[in-house]
Amino acid sequence: MSSLKREEPIISVKHLSKEYNIGIDKTYKTLSGTFTSAIKHPLKTLKDSRKPCSTFWALKDVNFDVKSGEVVGIIGRNGAGKSTLLKVLSRITFPTEGEIKMLGRVGSLLEVGTGFHPELSGRENIYFNGAILGMKKREIDDKFDEIVKFSGVEKFLDTPVKRYSSGMQVRLAFSVAANLDPEILVIDEVLAVGDAAFQKKCLGKMKAVSEDGRTVLFVSHNMNAVENLCTRAIMLNSGKLTSDGYDTREIINEYLTSNDQENKNCTWINKGNEYLNAWFAPEKAYLTDELGNTIDNGQFHNKVNHYFSLYGTIKEIDPALQVGYALYDENNNLLYWTNFNDTTEEEWPQLSKGKFCFTGLIPKRFLNEGLYRIEPMVSMYFREWIIQPGVNAPILYFEVKGGLSDSPYWLARRPGILAPLLKWNVEKVD
Amino acid sequence: MTEHSTDYELVIRPKYGLLDLNWQELKEYRELLFFLALREIKIRYKQTMMGASWALLQPFFTMIIFTLIFGRLAKMPSDGVPYPIFSYSGLLLWTYFSNALSQSSNSLVENAPLLSKVYMPRIFIPTAPCLSGFLDYIIAMSILAVMMVYYHFVPGISILLLPLIVLLTFMLASGVGYWLSSICVKYRDVKFVLPFFVQLLMFVSPVIYPVSIISGKLQWLLYLNPLTGLMNAHRACLLGHSPVDFIGLSISALVTIVIFLSGILYLKSTEKYFADLI
Repeated sequence: MSSLKREEPIISVKHLSKEYNIGIDKTYKTLSGTFTSAIKHPLKTLKDSRKPCSTFWALKDVNFDVKSGEVVGIIGRNGAGKSTLLKVLSRITFPTEGEIKMLGRVGSLLEVGTGFHPELSGRENIYFNGAILGMKKREIDDKFDEIVKFSGVEKFLDTPVKRYSSGMQVRLAFSVAANLDPEILVIDEVLAVGDAAFQKKCLGKMKAVSEDGRTVLFVSHNMNAVENLCTRAIMLNSGKLTSDGYDTREIINEYLTSNDQENKNCTWINKGNEYLNAWFAPEKAYLTDELGNTIDNGQFHNKVNHYFSLYGTIKEIDPALQVGYALYDENNNLLYWTNFNDTTEEEWPQLSKGKFCFTGLIPKRFLNEGLYRIEPMVSMYFREWIIQPGVNAPILYFEVKGGLSDSPYWLARRPGILAPLLKWNVEKVD
Repeated sequence: MTEHSTDYELVIRPKYGLLDLNWQELKEYRELLFFLALREIKIRYKQTMMGASWALLQPFFTMIIFTLIFGRLAKMPSDGVPYPIFSYSGLLLWTYFSNALSQSSNSLVENAPLLSKVYMPRIFIPTAPCLSGFLDYIIAMSILAVMMVYYHFVPGISILLLPLIVLLTFMLASGVGYWLSSICVKYRDVKFVLPFFVQLLMFVSPVIYPVSIISGKLQWLLYLNPLTGLMNAHRACLLGHSPVDFIGLSISALVTIVIFLSGILYLKSTEKYFADLI
């Protein structure tokens, strides 16, 4: 291979834009409806078909080149256009404008287990899923043992997948995908699945893939994974590429601390089945003030206490269940972890199956002025993480402004990370 | 170090071209078509208690009912062939065609995750059910063989035409399937109209009656339906009771090819919206 070729970008994205129609046209059209409206209001229908309904640019003029062997992390908030970018790169949807050139086979992994059928056995699903991901039968034959070994479901190979636990299904699906080896691999957030041990295995595999010199594009909310795996990070914001560089740490910090208020959620709702496990199903996390009002603007009045609540269902009682939260400042410093059972065993609350709300104090007059990030924390003590702060946890933001003390002095932000109001004892000593 | 060859150069841009059928790519993915068809078969037979015997029972019982109603009660003429074998030879092809058509038309909507989560030649999805239907056809053929022995029918040299006729039926089912499945992505009412459409289609095709039932002058109307020529030729080459009507077969072949090619074009021109619509 000539040296010239090595310099040539393996992926080249130019002026890429993707427009979606939104609004009125959301529901599925019916053929009869279209016909009848065309007959009843011929002029209006014609006009409607010319006039585009409200549109929205999921991607707008995105440009970047990727060289062979780079591992690029694509980060950004929900709705920033990351998934659309991956869909366009993997040819699932077509761009409205612009062009992408790629040199090499592209394998994309936007979901694990696409096409898995519950009635088919593990073995059959391996072949079918592999074929869907673009593998040849011979390739699958060659890698079959490796796939099975990686997934750890050897014993159940001929059992229909519907009898598998959800964890087993995910492991099997990921194992097929992990053994895909095209020159360009496009991956969407597949690591947010499985138990901690398996996630570690997946990260290891990804690392091996990238060390193999393959080009990887990787979308994730898992900043640890991006930082550990990627040689380069790209940040998207409202469809535009806002940062791009080789100092992944710096871009991650920029992402975590960007002062873009509208995207800072201060509540989280589990859409679908995130964080599947046998013990606890988290449903929502939110912040309240002393009176129990939900904070929906993310502003804390430092004069009163606030509370962090995680609401969910206990499915299986296990004394190892830990629920808490982790608090970070705007420079991504971890301030502390706190857990509901930080007390003696006698004082622990009685847990049973059913809905529970875990509420933890965020003390008043303790934090300095600034923006904070709070992340729920759920684990099985010393066994595995369910929601791991800084890794796969949903993020809630709040801001503390003013109210640092009742004194007329020192009302503004104080030096230091914290600004606790502590008890002083001042007495005259003669 | 990976060696990326320029063979794989891929350019993604807003698609405008009508004729974007990429043969290279279809060849590349051909095993997937086989896997899709295989999956279709496996799923169908895994969820049923009687498995593959359904492929026999469906046309067999229909034949018995048709023989009682149309053959005995209505005294339907059958070109001098015993009515059971006459209707079964028609039902054999009809069952294949109607099942392939129905499954193919619903295939894109039913396989939504395959459209929105992975890339593959979309055309394989409505093609696969038409391929997997061949297994049922072959299984159901065994009953015809038994009936032919029983009624002393020996197929003539024209049996050699059978693969061509089956291929044309496959093209017709998938051609209509390409049209309807693509329309169905945007307009979901196709799903409700389809069973009705399929039922009507049977009555305008010579499944239970011979073409000769309609007087000479109006017979050409029947031939507008491409199934007519196929059905006649299918019966003639299997039973050998009358010569194959080559003119009818040619008309059918022509119409079939037009439907098949236009179906491919329509699917190719709409597929870029599939993932956004579904």
